[in-house]
Amino acid sequence: MRVSTMLPTNPDPALNFPVTPEDVEELGLLPEEYKKIQEILGRDPNITELGVFSVMWSEHCSYKNSKCLLRSFPTEKSDCHAPYQVLVKAGEENAGVIDIGDGWAICFKIESHNHPSAVEPFEGAATGVGGIIRDIFTMGARPVLLTNSLRFGEIDSSHVKGLIRGVVQGIAHYGNCIGIPNVGGDIYFDSCYEGNPLVNALCLGIVKHKEIKRGAAVGMGNPVYYVGPATGRDGLGGASFASKELSEESAADRPSVQKGDPFMEKLLLEACLEMMAVPGLVVGIQDMGAAGLTCSSCETASRGNSGLEIDLDCVPQRETGMNSYEILLSESQERMLVIVQRGREAELEAIFKKWDLPAVVIGKVTEGEDLEFKQNNGLIARIPAKALADDDPIYNREFKKPNYLFEKQNWDETKLPDLDDDAAKKTLPLLLSTPTIAHKDWVWRQYDHMVMTNTIVGPGSDAAIVRLRLGEDLEKIIAISNDCNNRYCYLNPYRGGQIAIAESIRNLACSGARPLAMTNCLNFGNPYKPEVFYMLKECVRGLVDACKFFDLPVLGGNVSLYNENQEGAIDPTPVVSVVGIVDTEEMITTQKLKNGDEAIILIGGLCDEIGGSYYLKEIHDFKTGDAPTPNLAVEEQINSFVLRLIKNKQVVAAHDISEGGLLVALTEMLFAQEQTFGANLDIMWETGQSALMRNFSVKVREESLLQ
Amino acid sequence: MKVAVIQFPGSNCDWDAYYACSRSLGLNTKMVWHKETDFGDAKAVIIPGGFSFGDYLRCGAIARFSPIVDALTPFAKNGGIVIGICNGFQILCEAGLLPGALIRNNCLEFRCMTVDLVVENSTSEFNQNKLGVNLRLPIAHGEGNYRIDAEGMTEIEANNQVLFRYSAPSGNPNGAMGNIAGIRNRQGNVFGMMPHPERAVEKFHPSRDGIKVLKSVLTSNLIHA
Repeated sequence: MRVSTMLPTNPDPALNFPVTPEDVEELGLLPEEYKKIQEILGRDPNITELGVFSVMWSEHCSYKNSKCLLRSFPTEKSDCHAPYQVLVKAGEENAGVIDIGDGWAICFKIESHNHPSAVEPFEGAATGVGGIIRDIFTMGARPVLLTNSLRFGEIDSSHVKGLIRGVVQGIAHYGNCIGIPNVGGDIYFDSCYEGNPLVNALCLGIVKHKEIKRGAAVGMGNPVYYVGPATGRDGLGGASFASKELSEESAADRPSVQKGDPFMEKLLLEACLEMMAVPGLVVGIQDMGAAGLTCSSCETASRGNSGLEIDLDCVPQRETGMNSYEILLSESQERMLVIVQRGREAELEAIFKKWDLPAVVIGKVTEGEDLEFKQNNGLIARIPAKALADDDPIYNREFKKPNYLFEKQNWDETKLPDLDDDAAKKTLPLLLSTPTIAHKDWVWRQYDHMVMTNTIVGPGSDAAIVRLRLGEDLEKIIAISNDCNNRYCYLNPYRGGQIAIAESIRNLACSGARPLAMTNCLNFGNPYKPEVFYMLKECVRGLVDACKFFDLPVLGGNVSLYNENQEGAIDPTPVVSVVGIVDTEEMITTQKLKNGDEAIILIGGLCDEIGGSYYLKEIHDFKTGDAPTPNLAVEEQINSFVLRLIKNKQVVAAHDISEGGLLVALTEMLFAQEQTFGANLDIMWETGQSALMRNFSVKVREESLLQ
Repeated sequence: MKVAVIQFPGSNCDWDAYYACSRSLGLNTKMVWHKETDFGDAKAVIIPGGFSFGDYLRCGAIARFSPIVDALTPFAKNGGIVIGICNGFQILCEAGLLPGALIRNNCLEFRCMTVDLVVENSTSEFNQNKLGVNLRLPIAHGEGNYRIDAEGMTEIEANNQVLFRYSAPSGNPNGAMGNIAGIRNRQGNVFGMMPHPERAVEKFHPSRDGIKVLKSVLTSNLIHA
């Protein structure tokens, strides 16, 4: 290890002081982590360097408490001869990429912006959308769709109403302005999210194989460009803020929330795509998201096995008197770091001039492995990039099965009285008017879901279906579905994880699509609580087993921990989004009945499982029982059967049974058209009335076939 | 016929308009960047939807100062056809090429939906005979609430300048006066509309009424009033 005893000094005298254990604690680093920093540097860090380590090693950037679990996800197909292979694996770059044939690929990822949205819903949600869009176009991909998964407390509280308004308007503001359609998603209301809403945003883009870009700084002497608007003091320490629990004092963290400018991002998007389309011009590109300039320079250098020399005086600043600490850690939005082939600077500058965006050289790629930050011609920080990016701590946290699980899972449902005819009649409207189950057009009519004119099936269906315009004469069709039922995960995390994936794939099958790959956002509580870590571990085990079963690679995602309120952790919420391919236009299927003379057929049987159902929630106010038993093999058989029927043109409409059970699903099919229909149900086996309104079992499904 | 689509920074329905004209209508179509100063041999210009200059200050208020807008007035004066869709309609009002203004929707929210429209008998090309009485077209805007003073309203009504109005069953989505969804200038060669005809041209779109609307306005003849 190289030992440098000289401590870089800072031109700002306020930053020149010996680091104390209190500073270390305040920045959220553990004593053993500080020791590791000293070992890496061969000396004590100064406060700027310590700040850099603290954000890079924060939960948000380093995944230190979840990495050990994430490694078990399959990141490529087990069958390397199957079509549609993964081209860029999860964790390698900003987002994973998977082949869709004919030299084209798609790139997608979901990411959370929960904490910012809790304290500043509009900007928090808006910048969540902005951040995920940048992750996608950094890969060289043109973003073509957005989806989101939202979780709020029960809708009757005025605080929750305010949060919903802010979050929805924030998402609408960003997506509508930048002109990427918001085609789907899901929303749940549950008291467990009171005070800690979840805002997960997904973006998907299209890219030619040969135009996939990497975030690596290579080629000694290549200039490093800063493109996009100037750096301010906003979003300072956002990554660290996202790595701790929300509390009553969280409102004081509002300055940690970034301010988004979708117009700026639109310009940046167009300029970057124009620049990346020039062969050989861009060597590497990385967005400045969490931990801003620090993270982008560290990651590009680390991936490129090189060093970087950055002059902070060259960084465009919109405030005066910003010190090195602030410039390095600011999370001002809509900025990119671009490494350009030396000698071709003019080509880049011409493109950014056209779009009236700043593009300035702030440094160069160097030999060695050090990140060197300079100010006033003096060195102010020197950190080995690889160690900063790759030697981050990894913890295997303690876990303990929560006591409530045994009790809940062994709840005796036979004590529950069945419904009489009168009660059954009243129950269906009650379930249909539950905010989680009810129609959500009051939300998505605020999102532009038609711009780009590729939306075939928009929000409000099992899956969104979108046409991809690839070059002059080539088109493909994809489908996407987001899912996660927190109540199942709360009652049985392993099954809950499996069910999330199974339901997503089932949604695709009902829409005529075969699954390609998935992304997930793991929203959990504080991992230092053994019960929380147990739930995380079990949910991940469920997801991994289901992924392996369906040979569904994970293209990437995000982990959001410390989602807690005064009552404790939120329910485990591993939001899953599966993207599938629709082979032909004729395969596109929706849940809308067309004529009213169709035969409706239930596929998969009616299972008498009631645990975690909305029937229990709404009628009895119970959150108990065991989650339904997933049977992945049956699941797969049914999916291929449904797809075969669709292919044979025997299906008019198809809908999967989920929250609210069979009757709710059936009603949704009947109401889906401008003209509404009725239906006669003929249940050919003995069952209680309430079974019709119980939650879905994964074996249950219905199809409506032509008579 | 050659059509030019103006691209402002922040335009986001530019390619939608391009594809609708080139693929669905089979017209020779080109893009014109906002810093350019003429339309070349184009006979019609489309100002597409989007958020030109982020809609900062006021929708269309900054775009109207772009170099290409200076070319728009003489182009229109010489009988060239100009169509402003959504943000393009807002820009035309800001530039004084169409009367009135578009303010925040009365629901105070963005609205993206398919609306029902009743066609007015406006010109020899844009009327109920050519287009049918009812149309369905998508809208997507936060500021589509059409306003005009009493005198102006009397004038546009007297000259049949209203192209179509929001109607039942979907109703008026934004509070526009007189349920106005689109208007033209007096001469009949400058058109502005909040609905997006370019989003209603393909089989899987909410309707294909956009083709009829675009064809009608692109084939308009000057009215010598």
